[in-house]
Amino acid sequence: MLKEGQVRIPSGCAISGIIDTKGNRFSGQEIIKSIDLMHERSNGLGGGFAAYGIYPQYKDLYALHIFYDNSEIKMKTESFLAEHFDIENAGNIPTRPVPGVVNKPLMWRYFVHPRTYMAREEFIDEDEFTARYLIRINKEYKGAYVFSSGKNMGAFKGVGYPGDIGRFFMLETYDAYMWTAHGRFPTNTPGWWGGAHPFTMLNWSVVHNGEISSYDANRRFVEMFGYKCTLQTDTEVITYLFDLLVRKHGMPIEKAIKVIVAPFWDDIERENKEIKIELKAMRTVYSSALINGPFSIILGYEKGMIALNDRIKLRSLVAARKDSKIYVASEESAIKIICNNPDKVWSPKGGEPVIALLEEGAQQ
Amino acid sequence: MKTIDASNMHYRDLNAVVDAESLKEKNLIIKNVYGQRYIGRGLSCGIKMSVYGVAGNDMASYMNGAELEVFGNAQDALGNTMNGGKVVVHGNAGDTLGYAMRGGQIYVEGNVGYRVGIHMKEYNDMKPIIVVGGKAGDFLGEYMAGGVILVLGLNLDKDEDIIGRFCATGMHGGVIYLREKQDPYKFGKEASKVKLEDSDISFLKKQIGVYSKEFNKDLKHININSFSKYLAINKNPYANMYCVY
Repeated sequence: MLKEGQVRIPSGCAISGIIDTKGNRFSGQEIIKSIDLMHERSNGLGGGFAAYGIYPQYKDLYALHIFYDNSEIKMKTESFLAEHFDIENAGNIPTRPVPGVVNKPLMWRYFVHPRTYMAREEFIDEDEFTARYLIRINKEYKGAYVFSSGKNMGAFKGVGYPGDIGRFFMLETYDAYMWTAHGRFPTNTPGWWGGAHPFTMLNWSVVHNGEISSYDANRRFVEMFGYKCTLQTDTEVITYLFDLLVRKHGMPIEKAIKVIVAPFWDDIERENKEIKIELKAMRTVYSSALINGPFSIILGYEKGMIALNDRIKLRSLVAARKDSKIYVASEESAIKIICNNPDKVWSPKGGEPVIALLEEGAQQ
Repeated sequence: MKTIDASNMHYRDLNAVVDAESLKEKNLIIKNVYGQRYIGRGLSCGIKMSVYGVAGNDMASYMNGAELEVFGNAQDALGNTMNGGKVVVHGNAGDTLGYAMRGGQIYVEGNVGYRVGIHMKEYNDMKPIIVVGGKAGDFLGEYMAGGVILVLGLNLDKDEDIIGRFCATGMHGGVIYLREKQDPYKFGKEASKVKLEDSDISFLKKQIGVYSKEFNKDLKHININSFSKYLAINKNPYANMYCVY
């Protein structure tokens, strides 16, 4: 396989997301249909999905999805896992054979709980403990990739067209209150199983169309806080940025968005004094967390999804609402094919997020 | 009159059918369109086509004289490098509408996205026209070199602006007409507001007439004198860019 720097294929990607804000769960059929429609936006080198609310029977455990290159690395990784986590349940991730999805790695799923006394000894909470030890797997265990690690959610991804990947993972058998999807057309980096979207960290997942020209500044910034970018593509850094800002630094999500797509300096100048001081402070402190370059992303976490464009909207993004469901996609047709008569359709402005969260008291 | 059902059709198959049918039939209807690309690409004079559904990217690209009517919304890059003909959209349209358009007219009933009319150009009597009923996103008329963009700003909420930021950035030709006066901060450095001439008034009257006829709307209440007109400050700003002094 040609690695980064040896190959370059220019084009775009496809993203799609659906949430039922009342928390009602529905199968993966709709999201597959939506992402399938935008076939032209991918080239068969990556597809993936994130699903929230799929493991209610294990909702208090971290659901780890791990790719292994071979059984040797699997054994090594599992002994590392068993050392630091109580493994309640483990098994391979069920798949069905689908033409076009080949060279699959070993795919295993574990429901785990961190060893409480170990987290206490390190004076960190369970989330931080889990994140740290999973980052160590991706960094130190060559051939093992943790690609999903949240609670009551999971990422499913691989090399192939996204519809085929969805059928491969039998997503019609899962019920989620929120689905996001990605069809990949890798531009600067190789198409491989770990490099497909979504990119996750604990409950966060990101699917992304575009490329991040600020990648190295962002990477250096998050790596100062213990993250490690190991997946040979720019998108993972977005996931780590949100994890850092919201989980570690305790920033409200709306403010984190203002950091990631910070308003232009001359727009800040037109704000009133109070807002101006705050925005200037945020741009100054978090200058390395500003994401530049063309992108549209869908961020998922336990509370819902957020769709976001770069500030000058260099990638397409459309949103729609029908009753308690909110849809976002790269193309309007990908929404209309599953929701023919939405109550409202709109094109979000650059840098203006679509915030689609579960309602207060919605069942998860 | 020939009706084509586009359900579950790949865009290549759909466009092949349109190509074949347009040789025999001058009036075509396409139903159940869901994002198929390049509909009406390169289509010549004398053909009329109605499209029902969500028209996919690059509709009417390189179109050469045909007339398209879309009943629904159109996605991105409608009229990409369009050479002539007319497109009427009964709905909204996406980003980069009229990208590098060289001739013909596009009428959109509702709103349009970012970078509409980017790199539009004109040559002698080839003078493309884009008329937008609602509002436009940022970078309207970016690098515009010719032709006309007219935004009517109809049916907007109080918090909605008729244009976004960076309007006319890099503009060096053509004309932009916007209803009402706009805040200067929304414009690039390369355009400035100028006075409406009599010829502008008659042009606006004519185009508003076409719009109200196409979309069956009474627009007599619009005050033509309330429009503002924007022209490029410099017609040929880059002529010396690569010269050695």
